[in-house]
Amino acid sequence: MNASPTAPFTTIIGLEVHVQLQTRTKLFCGCSTQFGAPPNTQVCPTCLGLPGSLPVMNRQAFALALRAALALNCTIAPTTKWDRKNYFYPDLPKGYQISQFDLPFSSAGHLEVVDPKGAFAPRDVGIIRVHLEEDAGKSMHDEAAGTGDTRIDLNRAGTPLCEIVTQPDLRSPQEARAWLNELKLLLVYLGVSDCNMQEGSLRVDANINLHIPQPDGRIAKTPIVEIKNMNSFRSVERALVYETARQYQEWQETKAEMGSKPKQTRGWDEPAGITRGQRAKEESSDYRYFPEPDLVLVTVDAAQLAAVQSGMTEPPTELRKALESRWKISAYDSDVLVNQGRELVGYFEELAGAIGEGKVASNWMQQDVLRTLNERGGTIDAFPVTPAGLADLIRRVTAGDFDTSRAREIFAEMVTSGRSAADVVATLGISAVDDDELLTLCHELLAANPKIVADVRGGKEQAAAGLIGQAKKKNANVNPGKVREKCLELIRAMG
Amino acid sequence: MQPAELTAIDIVTAVRQGDLTAVQCTLAFLQRIEAHNGSINAFLHVDAAGALATAERIDKRRSQGLPIGPLAGLPVAVKDAICTADQPTTCASKMLAHFRPPYDAEVVARLRAADAVIVGKTNMDEFAMGGSNENSAFGPVRNPWDVTRAPGGSSGGSAACVAADMAPVAIGSDTGGSIRQPAGLCGITGLKPTYGRVSRRGLVAFASSLDQIGPMARSAADCALIMETIAGHDPGDATSLTGGVPRYSTQLDQPLAGVRIGRVPEHFAAGLDPEVARGVEEAFAVFKAAGATVHDIQLPHAKYGVPTYYLIAPCEASSNLARYDGAHYGHRATRRDEEGHRATRRDEEGHGTAPHTPGAFESPLVEMYCRSRAEGFGPEVKRRIMLGTYALSAGYYDAYYAKALRVRRLIRQDYLNAFEQVDLIGGPVSATAAFKLGEKTNDPLAMYLVDLYTVTANLAGVGGISFPCGFTKSGLPIGFQLQAPALGEGLLLRATDRFQHLTAWHQRRPKSIPSAGPAGR
Ligand SMILES: [Zn+2]
Repeated sequence: MNASPTAPFTTIIGLEVHVQLQTRTKLFCGCSTQFGAPPNTQVCPTCLGLPGSLPVMNRQAFALALRAALALNCTIAPTTKWDRKNYFYPDLPKGYQISQFDLPFSSAGHLEVVDPKGAFAPRDVGIIRVHLEEDAGKSMHDEAAGTGDTRIDLNRAGTPLCEIVTQPDLRSPQEARAWLNELKLLLVYLGVSDCNMQEGSLRVDANINLHIPQPDGRIAKTPIVEIKNMNSFRSVERALVYETARQYQEWQETKAEMGSKPKQTRGWDEPAGITRGQRAKEESSDYRYFPEPDLVLVTVDAAQLAAVQSGMTEPPTELRKALESRWKISAYDSDVLVNQGRELVGYFEELAGAIGEGKVASNWMQQDVLRTLNERGGTIDAFPVTPAGLADLIRRVTAGDFDTSRAREIFAEMVTSGRSAADVVATLGISAVDDDELLTLCHELLAANPKIVADVRGGKEQAAAGLIGQAKKKNANVNPGKVREKCLELIRAMG
Repeated sequence: MQPAELTAIDIVTAVRQGDLTAVQCTLAFLQRIEAHNGSINAFLHVDAAGALATAERIDKRRSQGLPIGPLAGLPVAVKDAICTADQPTTCASKMLAHFRPPYDAEVVARLRAADAVIVGKTNMDEFAMGGSNENSAFGPVRNPWDVTRAPGGSSGGSAACVAADMAPVAIGSDTGGSIRQPAGLCGITGLKPTYGRVSRRGLVAFASSLDQIGPMARSAADCALIMETIAGHDPGDATSLTGGVPRYSTQLDQPLAGVRIGRVPEHFAAGLDPEVARGVEEAFAVFKAAGATVHDIQLPHAKYGVPTYYLIAPCEASSNLARYDGAHYGHRATRRDEEGHRATRRDEEGHGTAPHTPGAFESPLVEMYCRSRAEGFGPEVKRRIMLGTYALSAGYYDAYYAKALRVRRLIRQDYLNAFEQVDLIGGPVSATAAFKLGEKTNDPLAMYLVDLYTVTANLAGVGGISFPCGFTKSGLPIGFQLQAPALGEGLLLRATDRFQHLTAWHQRRPKSIPSAGPAGR
């Protein structure tokens, strides 16, 4: 269903992403933005919309929004203003949302997404605008009470929210998901947002339609549908896959094209795996935007931009390139590492620096550290083996003290016990096996297994595997590869 | 002299010197309120206990030799659109009839910090929308000079309580003339400061870009005293002006030689009552005698002031009043299933202003919104919400709101041009003296024209002051208005103070205020 070369249409997708900024306090008052507090405990007259209350802009929120926009390569407006978006809803206590309408603080940016495995061609997605607004509260429908009552929690009301609107530049659900991952990574790297979808700090709506070439050469465009209620990037992909198929089927049945009806909004039903049309009433709104008279124009000067820029850390795209050139690792490896977050990259660089080798460090990161993290859960900050400790282990492997599979056992023990490599090695009685020991061991094995020797001599080399297990029992420190190699050599020497 | 006849300056001086206690003074005004509020209906709420407790605290501090504030012992009445944590704040609306804010407005906090005594909350047009105080949900205010007449509005209660000696000072708010016009019709002095000079935080918003709080008192000198306390930057109001506050009261006693006062010939065109015109011209003569010069000037776009105002103010109001939806606080319509338990079927169908037809609302929520707002707001508030909602709607915005903003810029430019030629602009406050209650209530357009001479100052953001400059033959005050460039409060107060040294109009008092009359609330 993706825009594969065989699909009889092109899928056109644009996204609208809302991201809560990681500020300590709300956008227009001093209330905390901490998630999870008891309902209506982080509120004041301003975010409750009480009569006479006034908003005052949080400079820190504006600076964070500037950081996001700069990272998205946007043009920053020298002057920007606030507007009121008017609508009635119980979780919107003022009856309007302070937002930005015709003069957003930034516009015309782009963010590229690259799949290192080449699942799709690199896609540079245009950003139409990024603007800042206040979040609404939360309505919770009290099903348990059975009265149809709705409870309102205004803790979230007034939390700073960046709205990022893309051009319709994405061409498949897979690309959309990958791009969202890239966006999230960027915003988390820059400390703009924690992008936690479960806590609602990142929300996505998607616009989608199909361009279908006609026999006469004309391109038929299906009506644009906006999809809402998607709770994960996986849902976004699934919803877009579903909607692509639904629109193509609808096209075949109705031949309805864009403009024949107003833009439709459909909600994603995760359990059912389908999108459902929402009531027409919810679709048409006149928000009666007008300039917010309680706030003044915001001007952004070069000095302020420079300050924001200098406070910014390397974004993921640059970090990937930096890792490739610094540690001579592949684009794929660098992508995997960078996608795990800045802390993991820090661990990797420390490890690579300690052993003086990027590729080996990268392999250990991907095969051992990441796998262990996935199994155990938790973050790299709390990982029981330090980069220095792991470097010590790897150096012993390089020195030939033991082989990699034995090293993995030691690593597992280091993770569980939190002890050092040297300590684990000493306790387990691990020591290097020298050539004489190996030779003696192999002779013993051959003498004790005439059947295996005969099989091998008869051409069944795989029978030698039976010797390895026995070798391990005799001496846990032996290298299985070397045992196999030496035994075969001795058997061949028998002629 | 009775304390209730003293000026604010006399009161704070007497309290500081120990000639009068704060309690004596507060009691004197509470007695005046007790005697006359029934006929004037200036106060919606009187906090006698709270005021006396404050007064006692001040007297105790003074007797212990502890420092007391610059307004120590001064009773102050506050318009009911300004939040007070210890008293209701209703905006004279059924919508907020039982609303008690959890916080003090910035002006109230400053007054309290200066040891003023907040005696009560004054009546007004509902949500400050009106020019006669007849739009109060709790009954009109009556003009102390003639109780069959309107006191003007929307700060009608604040003006009337000062005129009737029920408070030496009141705080009002002015969106299109709501301090100056009632001050003019009640024969007192009212100052609308430059937009942003006094914090709006805690003033229940009507039209945010026009609203401004100011003092109403018996003289410019008293207004100057209050301004020193309430003016100044508030970091909690983004539109509040920075910059220091002059010691207005020390700058008063100066001659007016060299001060140029502009006179707008159009102000004297048809529509201006001849008696008012005569009073205003006589005031110009007084200023000339005081050394000022008078020059005819033009404000070419002033004629568009009222229509411009009646687009911008309702647009902002329609948004500012959206929060009164019954969901969080304020009036909420009773649920119909609850009503069913109490009311008979006939009652249910017979009452209420919202349609009761089943299915008339798209959801119970929308029904609650519609019925709460239909029941909670009065007709003028509804009219302005509808005007503003319409003018901001898609397809109309450019023709109405955007155009009004452009005209507003032209009006502001007119003022800038005029103030290159003159230091002040003088003229009438309103076209007539106080009109009869009910005279304009059925003609909203006639009522809107009472703002003719005052709205342009709000649109331009400049300050204005009004004060009595004579009386009609029937004994009603005639008001004079002065306007100054931004932050020109010092000159407004100085010029008015000079005028009040040369005339005695501001010292006249209504002869006999009925002590019992039509009940208020
Ligand atoms: Zn708050």
